[in-house]
Amino acid sequence: MMALVGILVVVVGLVLRWNTLGVILLAALATGLGAGFSVREILALVGSLFVENRFMSLPVVLLLPAIGLLEKFGLQERAAGLIGGLSHATAGRVMWVYQAIRQLASTVGLTIGGHAAMVRPLIAPMAEALAKGDGPPLPTALSSRIRAHAAASENWGNFFADDIIVAIGPVLLMKGVLDAAGVPVGVVELGLWGVPTAIMALVLGAWRYRLLDRDVVKWRQTPKEEQTRGAP
Amino acid sequence: MTLVSSELFYGAAGVGLIAVAVQCARRAPRSGRRGWATAGFYGLLGLTFCVGPRLPSEWVGGMVVAMVVLVVAGRMTPEPSKSGDEAMRRASASRLGNRLLLPAVLIPTVVVVGGLLLPRIKGDGWSLVDTKQSTQIALGAGCAVGLLAAMRVTRSGYRVAVEEGGRLLLAIGWALILPPLLAGLGGVFARAGVGDLVAQGIGATLPMQLPWAAVVAYAGGMALFTLLMGNAFAAFPVMTLGIGLPFIVRMHGGDPAVMSAFGMLSGYCGTLMTPMAANFNLVPALLLELEDRRAVIKAQVPFALALWVFNVLAMGFFVYRK
Repeated sequence: MMALVGILVVVVGLVLRWNTLGVILLAALATGLGAGFSVREILALVGSLFVENRFMSLPVVLLLPAIGLLEKFGLQERAAGLIGGLSHATAGRVMWVYQAIRQLASTVGLTIGGHAAMVRPLIAPMAEALAKGDGPPLPTALSSRIRAHAAASENWGNFFADDIIVAIGPVLLMKGVLDAAGVPVGVVELGLWGVPTAIMALVLGAWRYRLLDRDVVKWRQTPKEEQTRGAP
Repeated sequence: MTLVSSELFYGAAGVGLIAVAVQCARRAPRSGRRGWATAGFYGLLGLTFCVGPRLPSEWVGGMVVAMVVLVVAGRMTPEPSKSGDEAMRRASASRLGNRLLLPAVLIPTVVVVGGLLLPRIKGDGWSLVDTKQSTQIALGAGCAVGLLAAMRVTRSGYRVAVEEGGRLLLAIGWALILPPLLAGLGGVFARAGVGDLVAQGIGATLPMQLPWAAVVAYAGGMALFTLLMGNAFAAFPVMTLGIGLPFIVRMHGGDPAVMSAFGMLSGYCGTLMTPMAANFNLVPALLLELEDRRAVIKAQVPFALALWVFNVLAMGFFVYRK
């Protein structure tokens, strides 16, 4: 039972908003010591898993020079200009289309997006440009919400259509766990049962994006004097 | 024998991180304690990227602890990134036009095509890449091609690239090491049997003789454990072996494929709501320079809760349909 001390550390740390890195390290130490491991064992475990999972940080590090360079020369401005000409486009619709494309690619196991590769350089600036239109700069609160939703559209598109047609990641993991437990299941079946949630994710996405678009319209309709006062 | 290993790209990333560390150290006499802490952090991180697999694990563990101490004691905070002045960016955007988009489109294209082709390049007793590493190598190749294209389009040298990359890296800051550190916590949890205790606790408190209660317990356990671990893949074996199979499948005769599919997706709903899923929720908030680091989570919570309820209902309806 002493091993559960780590969960307590995580919950308390996150609620009190301690530094997340510190919380995780403390939780690992508390859990390990509670379960009777030596400090040396805990360090070795954390170290070997850190090296094994460096791949999670690799894409960001490798992408940044190219993205940073293109940004210095106006990539975000170009992306914003490109989309600004479309008459039916809104911030929310751009995000919905991005989510849909992302989900479609996911069904065959392709990963084509990413926060560093697509959202920061392209999707977020497009959405912000559409929300702004020809009007004055958006207030920080609104532009932050738009960016947060752009990041969310990447996650929603990434998560909820995994491996429906071609199994690469999670479906194989599920099959592995079930097979090992002596419960045989088919890969095709596992994939197809993901379809209802994939469709629902598109519907719920449309709901959230529409609410965002509505707030953008509301901001545009507020009288000009208030807008300039509200802007930073 | 394989010709190209993914370690090549870890090495390149490590060298880049060390270059950023040197940059920070140069500026440190002016920026004080925080500057030195930042330089030390990126230096150590660069080392784990370059030579991590060749060092004893305890040493890497020690380096990880040192990085966390530097972050906490040095009060390292993400630094907002300034990328030149806006007028200049606008001018070059209209001058370069769509050529600016080319490298940005080239990167995912090379990653996808490379991921499909690279594993097929092989002959008698040799292959270009290890199949397990092909995704990572394709990613590295995509970034390399993208960087070369970006340098050509903008007519810039590698120095500018390192500087601009460093600028974005500092904007993300310490969140960069959250994902691999969380994997470490996951390992300690797994070894200590934390998941089993959680699954037992849930199984003991809910009336599992009711088929729907078992569904709620399993989907809820997936979401809850994912909230704590930041990773649904870690929650899946624990909850499936601890709650799903004994109660939904064996006790109530539910369909294991339906259960697993909706169970995993319930876990993803948890991923959307936790700062522990750093690479999905915190890194993008920093990358998009949002003042509130939990802004992405806040944008995702209503969606995540609604989709979780949908998953529970769908699992309940379909899992016992036979």
